[in-house]
Amino acid sequence: MKKGLRRYAAAILMGMVFLALIIIFPDYREKAGKSLLGQLGTVALVLPPIFILLGLLDVWVPREKMIRILGEGSSVKGALVAFLLGSFAAGPLYGAFPFAAVLLKKGASVFNVMIFLGAWSTTKLPMLLFEISALGLRFALSRLAIDIVAIVFIALLVKRSFHEDDIRRLQTQIP
Amino acid sequence: MDTIILYIVAVAALAASAIVSRTKTLAALKKAWKAFEGILGQFLVVLFLVAMLMAVLDTATISNILGEQSGLLGILGASLVGAITLIPGFVAFPIAASLLAQGAGVTQIAAFVSSLMMVGVVTLPMEIQYFGKRSAIMRNSLAFFFSFLIAFFVGWVVSL
Repeated sequence: MKKGLRRYAAAILMGMVFLALIIIFPDYREKAGKSLLGQLGTVALVLPPIFILLGLLDVWVPREKMIRILGEGSSVKGALVAFLLGSFAAGPLYGAFPFAAVLLKKGASVFNVMIFLGAWSTTKLPMLLFEISALGLRFALSRLAIDIVAIVFIALLVKRSFHEDDIRRLQTQIP
Repeated sequence: MDTIILYIVAVAALAASAIVSRTKTLAALKKAWKAFEGILGQFLVVLFLVAMLMAVLDTATISNILGEQSGLLGILGASLVGAITLIPGFVAFPIAASLLAQGAGVTQIAAFVSSLMMVGVVTLPMEIQYFGKRSAIMRNSLAFFFSFLIAFFVGWVVSL
């Protein structure tokens, strides 16, 4: 119980700050409340399928298979799988973190996991179609092209900063 | 739309899993719940933070920042606003489109869109919990830096 309480300490504290803000500044009350409800709605809607898929992935895909598909030796094919996996996802980037963590724990390479995160953040297909209609073909496609370059660079650089300890910690953190 | 597809995939996978093995499916659901419960505290922190931030930095304020400033300072401002806010694409793109129509610079808008998508300051505590301090900070600072290059490139292509 104590451990559980400590885990929620930050959330409780932030909730109190939130309450304090809307009490001290009544002007913000409506906007803050609306935004909180909106975010809660997104979380409640998008997260259940993501976590269910994450659980299924964890149980059904054996470590050896994950290493073969997305591990160190998976080369360009692995990166492509990671890219497509991220591009066909839905939901905000923070929904990708727990999923990426399971991939990493199961033996996917840091590079591929970062490609997955990059794709999830910027090259999601439905969003791209929406971007084309809102901002134009030229804007959306040039952003897509340069984004793919950026994603690869970021993945390469983050891979170098990643510690073995981080993966070990992940393995103990996720049961 | 994409959420519906996500649900279809999840439900289909769950059904297939349940047909093959009940115990494994149950184990998967247990893992899903554990993973969710493990990060719930951080989620709530992010939600409260975003709600407060978006009350202060509402869409009108964001439009002002992005619309009025120009030049290098404007690009920096746009990137910063994108980095600290958390707006879904289907809300951000129409805002960006109307700003463009009102005469905002393409480079500024591209900087905002890029850093909005790739950089997450409010979700950083969550990211650190999963990937460690070094790589989370590294990923976000690199993404912030790249949002400039992306912005210049997009601005250049659109101006061609």
